[in-house]
Amino acid sequence: MRHLVLTLASLALLASGCTKQDPAAGAASSAASAPKVLRLGNGTEPQELDPQTVAGVPEHRIISALLEGLVMEDPRDLHPIPGQAERWEISPDGLTYTFHLRPNLQWSDGEPLTADDFVQSYRRMLTPSLGSEYSYLLWFVKGAEEYNQGKLTDFRQVGFKAPDARTLVVELKSPTPFLLQIIASHYAWTPVPVKVIARHGPVDQRRNPWTRPGNNVGNGPFRLKEWTPNQKIVVERNPHYWDAAAVKLDRIEFLAIDDIAAEERMFRTGQIHKTNELPLAKIDTYRREHPEVLRIEPYLGVSYYYFNVQRPPFTDKRVRRALALAIDRESLVKNVLRGGQQPAYAVTYPGIAGYQARARLEGGVEEARRLLAEAGYPGGRGFPEVELLYNSSDNVRILAEAMQQMWRTHLGIEIRLVNQEWKVYRDSLRTHNFTLGRAGWIADYVDPHVFLEIWVTNNGNNDGQFSHPEYDRLFQQALVARTTEERYEIYQQMDAILVEECPLVPIYYYTRVYALSPKVLGWHPTLLDNHPYKFLDLAE
Amino acid sequence: MLRFIARRLLQVIPVLFVIITATFFMVRFVPGGPFTAEKAVPPEILRNLEAHYGLDQPLWRQYLNYLGRVVRGDLGPSFKYSNRSVNEIIADKLPVSLELGATALAVALVLGLGLGVLAAVRRNRWPDYLASSVGMLGICVPTFVMGPLLVLFFAIRLGWLNASGWYTLPDRILPALTLGFVYAAYIMRLTRGGMLEVLNQDYIRTARAKGASEVRIVLRHALRGGLLPVVAFLGPGIAGILTGSFVIETIFQIPGLGREFVNSAFNRDYTLVLGTVILYAGLIIGLNLVVDVVQVWLNPKLKFE
Repeated sequence: MRHLVLTLASLALLASGCTKQDPAAGAASSAASAPKVLRLGNGTEPQELDPQTVAGVPEHRIISALLEGLVMEDPRDLHPIPGQAERWEISPDGLTYTFHLRPNLQWSDGEPLTADDFVQSYRRMLTPSLGSEYSYLLWFVKGAEEYNQGKLTDFRQVGFKAPDARTLVVELKSPTPFLLQIIASHYAWTPVPVKVIARHGPVDQRRNPWTRPGNNVGNGPFRLKEWTPNQKIVVERNPHYWDAAAVKLDRIEFLAIDDIAAEERMFRTGQIHKTNELPLAKIDTYRREHPEVLRIEPYLGVSYYYFNVQRPPFTDKRVRRALALAIDRESLVKNVLRGGQQPAYAVTYPGIAGYQARARLEGGVEEARRLLAEAGYPGGRGFPEVELLYNSSDNVRILAEAMQQMWRTHLGIEIRLVNQEWKVYRDSLRTHNFTLGRAGWIADYVDPHVFLEIWVTNNGNNDGQFSHPEYDRLFQQALVARTTEERYEIYQQMDAILVEECPLVPIYYYTRVYALSPKVLGWHPTLLDNHPYKFLDLAE
Repeated sequence: MLRFIARRLLQVIPVLFVIITATFFMVRFVPGGPFTAEKAVPPEILRNLEAHYGLDQPLWRQYLNYLGRVVRGDLGPSFKYSNRSVNEIIADKLPVSLELGATALAVALVLGLGLGVLAAVRRNRWPDYLASSVGMLGICVPTFVMGPLLVLFFAIRLGWLNASGWYTLPDRILPALTLGFVYAAYIMRLTRGGMLEVLNQDYIRTARAKGASEVRIVLRHALRGGLLPVVAFLGPGIAGILTGSFVIETIFQIPGLGREFVNSAFNRDYTLVLGTVILYAGLIIGLNLVVDVVQVWLNPKLKFE
């Protein structure tokens, strides 16, 4: 009978489970010669490993092992340090960057890597047909935006030149003081092996299988060994890397785990050295019982609610300010969020690249009540019904309920909560089909610019349609500022406008909460949660 | 019988056509698209992306193109996993779901049939109460409770197995048990009921009167009739065990098709949604046909018509 066969098979399976024979589980054996294999929980399955067609964080973590840019991040504070370029010069007007590549750079297949490879990579990134989501990070370069939009078809007019094999000259359209930060932190600026890509299909089209194991070629400290979809991606030491001798790990396994409860259990059985996240409910337990593995670290992002300023009652800035002032952030952070977050009284992340906004939301509940009364709603009387739109998620809902409660008690107004599935919610925001919405913004690189650019008129992420001519003028002025001090002074004025006009209610600055095995060495808390792998090590 | 099967197979074509058409338009009318992301994509770039995937064409043309491709067996490229095709993803993930399903089914049949027969034969005595309690438990305790409890005990407390994953052979044990247990409970209750009904029939009394041994009566005479309700359940049941394991696949992080099916809808991966729907529709139709055939074979009172 058919099920008899299945029965026997299942019994055999059960029996085999009684003996422990499990190479994937547990920490590496203590034998001195055992390879050092770091296992990381990496969230959802990556879409792709092509840095020019992806946009997510799980992808970023793997790509940064496989590819290296002109400059790279310092493992402690992420400031730019030499990567593929050993040194660089910036012209006095800040418009020309000249990078000098290290001698004898190679791709992981042993082929030489030259300055022209960088030029070809950027050309591919900017080719309209590739549809790269992050190509705008190259738009600071002269002609790049026009080429990317198809208005310019001659790539020789774009500001990337390779006068010789080891020199790359980048010409900008305006001084971009944070350019090196972008190059260090973002994969949009890493080179890709265009010659290899061409062997596997059209260079300027998506769906090219060059990123698969066996095809993939990179220039980073590791190279791709295995990719089992929805299970794991394994990278191994790249012998052709310029600094291969400094790389301490033999392999890194990125495990695709999209369920944080399952991930936490895998951490407890030793299947992984680091989780991507921790369930909120577990934080207190870890604090109490395993403080040595619990990591709560500042993360360069801000959580906020924003107004559609074209829709009443939020056309009136007094109403917006009232809502922004009426919430008790300290209490939210301490009693509701409980993940070590920092309350936010301004948009820009405090202390980012040495910048600290002086403007902050001040006045508290009294001022909020006064403003609301002035706007014609004393004690909340006559306030129209307003909906708060957020994405369906427990953590987000808990915060929304607390906010709703605070607005009710402090201002006497009633906000209705509406949740939508993620993409529906994103679509509602994007099409301005909301009155009050939840959002968060995580920086791609370490500079205050990231937090301030959102609120410029017609910025693609300015879903609340805030528009302030003076703010826009200052933004342009900052881009051509000569010194960092001058630029930061302009940012102070911009932050002050945001606090005064309140297109948003900043709530808290993010933290990353995860579990990390003490066996992992050289792991520093960093604002972007980036940890350059070549500096990491594993204890025996 | 062949005519019966042929006729049923012909009916499959319009059914699949309706399913494909309905799904195609439904996913398109959901707000948000495959390229809706947290950060805005510049409109010029979005247009390039849509052109690349043919989303810039009128919907009816996209629909006709899609139908044309499906007829040729090509389910198209995945939107989310840009270097993989839907055919490839299904070929990758379906075997995993099948492996999990087959093992779970084995667990379910062994446990369910065994306990069900035992309960019926020892009716209203302690083996019956025990088996019925186990059955009740299996029906009541949801998999998302059962799974983590098993992990807690066997993986975290005892350290015998991995908590999650699909890397080694022993990784199959806990998910198969969790998924199998639920179905075992239903099968147990159906078997018990079916057997009780059959054991009271005249032909069983005749067999007893002829002096047949109890074992022979149960296995040879009663079981065949007693299994009828189980078989009726197994058709959709097997389809469910193969397709509805999203929860199990998530708890145990199994790279199966169930998870892909649900996530594809969240990702608005239009082609992957359609591909999995077509596959599952085919599976359910096919399995129901098998059940119909088996039922006639088990029950002489039924005929193919």
